[in-house]
Amino acid sequence: MPLTTGFAAKIAKTLAALAVSAALLPMAAQTMAADRIQLSFWTAMGGMRGEVLQHLVNEFNASQQRYTVVPVFKGTYKETMLATIAAYRAHATPDIAQILDVGTATMMGSKGTYIPVYRLMQREHIPFSTQQFIPAAASYYADTQNRLVSLPFNSSTPVLFYNKTLLNRIGAKPPKTWAQMGTIGAKLVAAGVPCGFTTDHPNWIQMEQFSVWNGVHYATDDNGYQSAKNVKLRIDDPVFVKHLAQLGTWSKSGVFEYVGASPGPSTALFVSGHCAMYTASSASYPTIQAGAKFPFGVAPLPYASTQPDAPQNTVVGGASLWVMNGLPADHYPGIAAFLHFLMSDKAQAYWAKRTNYVPSTRGGFARLKQEGFYADNPGTIVAVEELKNKPPKPWTMGIRLGYMPQIRQIIRNEMSAVFAGQQTAGQALATAKRQGDQLLAQFYLSQREGH
Amino acid sequence: MKAAPTATLTSFPNRWLPYLLLAPQLAITCVFFVWPAFKALSGAFYQSNPFGLGSYFVGLGNFTALFADPAYLHAIGITLVYSLSTTVLSMGMGLFLAVLTEDLVAGHTFFRTLFIWPYAVAPAIAGALWLFAFAPQIGPATDLLAALGIQWNYALNGTQALLLIISLTAWQQIAYNFLFFTAGLQGIPDALLEAASLDGASYMRRFFGIVFPLLAPTTFFLLIMNITYVFFDTFGVISIVTQGGPSNATQTLVYKVYQDGFQNLNLGSAAAQSIILMLLVGLLTLFQFRYLDRQIHYQ
Amino acid sequence: MKIRQLRVRTLVLALAALAILTPLYIALVAASHSARALLGEFPLLPGGQLLHNFASVLFQGLPGAPPVWLMLGNSLLMALGITVGKLTISILSAYAVVYFRFPLRMTAFWLIFLTLMLPVEVRFFPTYQVTAGLHMLNSYGGLIVPLIASATATFLFRQFFLTLPHTLVDAARIDGAGPVRFFLDTALPLSRTNIAALFVLEFVYGWNQYLWPLLTTNNQNYATIVMGIQGMITAAASFSLPQWNLVMATALLALTPPVLVVVLMQRWFIKGLTETEK
Repeated sequence: MPLTTGFAAKIAKTLAALAVSAALLPMAAQTMAADRIQLSFWTAMGGMRGEVLQHLVNEFNASQQRYTVVPVFKGTYKETMLATIAAYRAHATPDIAQILDVGTATMMGSKGTYIPVYRLMQREHIPFSTQQFIPAAASYYADTQNRLVSLPFNSSTPVLFYNKTLLNRIGAKPPKTWAQMGTIGAKLVAAGVPCGFTTDHPNWIQMEQFSVWNGVHYATDDNGYQSAKNVKLRIDDPVFVKHLAQLGTWSKSGVFEYVGASPGPSTALFVSGHCAMYTASSASYPTIQAGAKFPFGVAPLPYASTQPDAPQNTVVGGASLWVMNGLPADHYPGIAAFLHFLMSDKAQAYWAKRTNYVPSTRGGFARLKQEGFYADNPGTIVAVEELKNKPPKPWTMGIRLGYMPQIRQIIRNEMSAVFAGQQTAGQALATAKRQGDQLLAQFYLSQREGH
Repeated sequence: MKAAPTATLTSFPNRWLPYLLLAPQLAITCVFFVWPAFKALSGAFYQSNPFGLGSYFVGLGNFTALFADPAYLHAIGITLVYSLSTTVLSMGMGLFLAVLTEDLVAGHTFFRTLFIWPYAVAPAIAGALWLFAFAPQIGPATDLLAALGIQWNYALNGTQALLLIISLTAWQQIAYNFLFFTAGLQGIPDALLEAASLDGASYMRRFFGIVFPLLAPTTFFLLIMNITYVFFDTFGVISIVTQGGPSNATQTLVYKVYQDGFQNLNLGSAAAQSIILMLLVGLLTLFQFRYLDRQIHYQ
Repeated sequence: MKIRQLRVRTLVLALAALAILTPLYIALVAASHSARALLGEFPLLPGGQLLHNFASVLFQGLPGAPPVWLMLGNSLLMALGITVGKLTISILSAYAVVYFRFPLRMTAFWLIFLTLMLPVEVRFFPTYQVTAGLHMLNSYGGLIVPLIASATATFLFRQFFLTLPHTLVDAARIDGAGPVRFFLDTALPLSRTNIAALFVLEFVYGWNQYLWPLLTTNNQNYATIVMGIQGMITAAASFSLPQWNLVMATALLALTPPVLVVVLMQRWFIKGLTETEK
């Protein structure tokens, strides 16, 4: 009977060996040419998006001899980020990691773990400039000198989907402003439509994008772009309180219906014809197209007519690609070449066409236009037009706050309490600001060196 | 089971063998229990970068932040409501069924089988069953509730979400309580009951006058075990059914550690929360050992 | 007992049993229909697609989620690994603590006791970091080894060994048997019923692990069925016609093995549950 400390591990290994032949998935069995350098690329793109990405990767791999990019699906955005962090701590980082938008502040604050994309391109002598990108698609990932730290990859922005049949019934056009949304919603309800509109990701669409689209500050220091020190949320500003209060009132009258933060249930409400309008990510287009049995249209997100600058610009949500530090030196030319390939007009157009994400580069956009994509798919251009609406102001470039996932959760919870009629918008946002500010202070400390 | 006096027990004279036998257990305990606990202890006093780049000593800052955070206090309250309601419900049902099946000669095993199987279902899988049955708009239970005039949407209504997970956990825990109450009832001498029966005492009087007081040790033991179970073993339920929502209405202490640590990467706060939970388990364990008559369940 | 009273009692028990079975019945009905059939009025009776749906999840799975046969295999491996590992190291440590006198004996005992106070749910974050540091994420070792230390199993074996008459040891020593022989010839065979009882308990414990596999595996080759149900739910919801029939088929497949073990080995299960307290 074996009695060593490794005994348990041995059992595990023996058992594992028994089943290992069975456990091999095609991906793991993929064989690689021995003399090529492998670049691991951790992504959160599963299903159809994963397949589109794989196609692009194959194209890159076939285009040259030295490198093989290997995409690895790591689960949800948060799982992918956690896996990247764990791997870094275990000294086994991927070459490229896809990190969600709100992870940007944590990544940027962790200097030394990554190589800024602009610097990588400089080092590899690849022409690269922020000007190549659609401004509001790039600003989310740029530093204070407008240099791109990570590569904008899969990007979307919220738009308004509307059911043409139901709007025609009351003879209305899609609302341009939130005030019009109220009037049209009330008319719809009066005409017997059970719900005026619903929303997915309320914190993202009704707070964060609401702020940039209307040119309102979300937090001090240009939403955290200037400094992490003493940053405070400004979500208790009357313009947010008024908007949230309005949503709360509409939730009672049926103009607005909320079924939770994840997109699944809210998409179902719109596609089934229960709700006449839907504020959602532009990337929901294919799902809606597949499910809706009625003609639908896409309009810009409504804005607050009380704001002088509105509509300003929306920003992207989604994820960007980060190049990790500390890899073998011969990996970096390959990584740079791959990122450069992903930025090419052809790759951008292919990606946007198949996934309905917005292209991040101007060149990609021009190519899609020229290919007639926007003419063939009416409404898909709305997202790009929102992003390009006006050049972003310093406080409409994005939101760069630490512990943002946690802050989002706090805000979302407070919002749904308002939708359920349990508290007023003023209370909700004051509470959210207080808790959020505390987290921002904690985050600043976590970024300081030493102790 | 009476413990034999260990001092007189013959032992083998061997210097190294006992250490060898203990080595695997101790190694795993040290690597996966003691060391992580120590890390949690120290991490709780820092705010650290998730990549491990640096950390800043904040003293008791993470703890004071927690107790100033309404969400944390709320999670304490939710955990208490969840565990107490589940405990009362499942213990009541367990006792009721145990009394009904007691001295049922034919069919005892049959009914026992039908009562205990939910215990073997993983909380997460049980969560999936409930998730579908009570899903807004499509679930069959939702249809039924609508027919009864109840507007059901647990994705929006916090009270409904809490009721949902309470009923689910109580459903799973009936088995445990049923089995222990059955054992407890079997331990009551028949002579006592027969004597009361001859006195002409009604069934209810016999039950509350004689049986229930005799079950007190079992009841007390089950109280602690059920509360501990709900505190620490219901992560799967929350994660599948409600993710702590809506508006934190079902956010338990354990689920909050997971969210803050793994989803939100606030490591210092998660470590501080772990420490608080460890103290809590420690207290419950001590309580259980100090005040419970261990004889009763070692028959 | 009066006949009428017995009838009422049986009726009440039958109703309770039915109520407890309802969620299972709903799952069975859902798993035996097409996704479309579940959209409108919920069918009262099972349909004819059960085997079709089982086959579909077992061999195809859903996009973004591995096929169910793979997850079932991983779950079996993890459950058996945890069970065998726990029983082995527990019986060995209990044997050491009872049959030997050595320095630090009680220290070792209390160290093991400590694990009782630290269920994985309260220490998962630091344990995860240790496991990551040992490069054990995404491995069967990482799924199994951190979960196999067990105070309860050690206690049960210790209690049992203490009840064995010491004349047994004396007799063995007179025969010239050493500790290894005594363990293999006497202590181990006598522990059969305890091993059976603990086997049932720990198998269910191991199979039903959710949080730990969720944290330590993000490579789908190591996904287990209980944690995998989450991915199935997400994948099923991404269709314009939610595939609840497939999720329920998966849930049925996931709950069958532990339920069968408990139902078929009921005697051992009850013994294990009531004698180990937990």
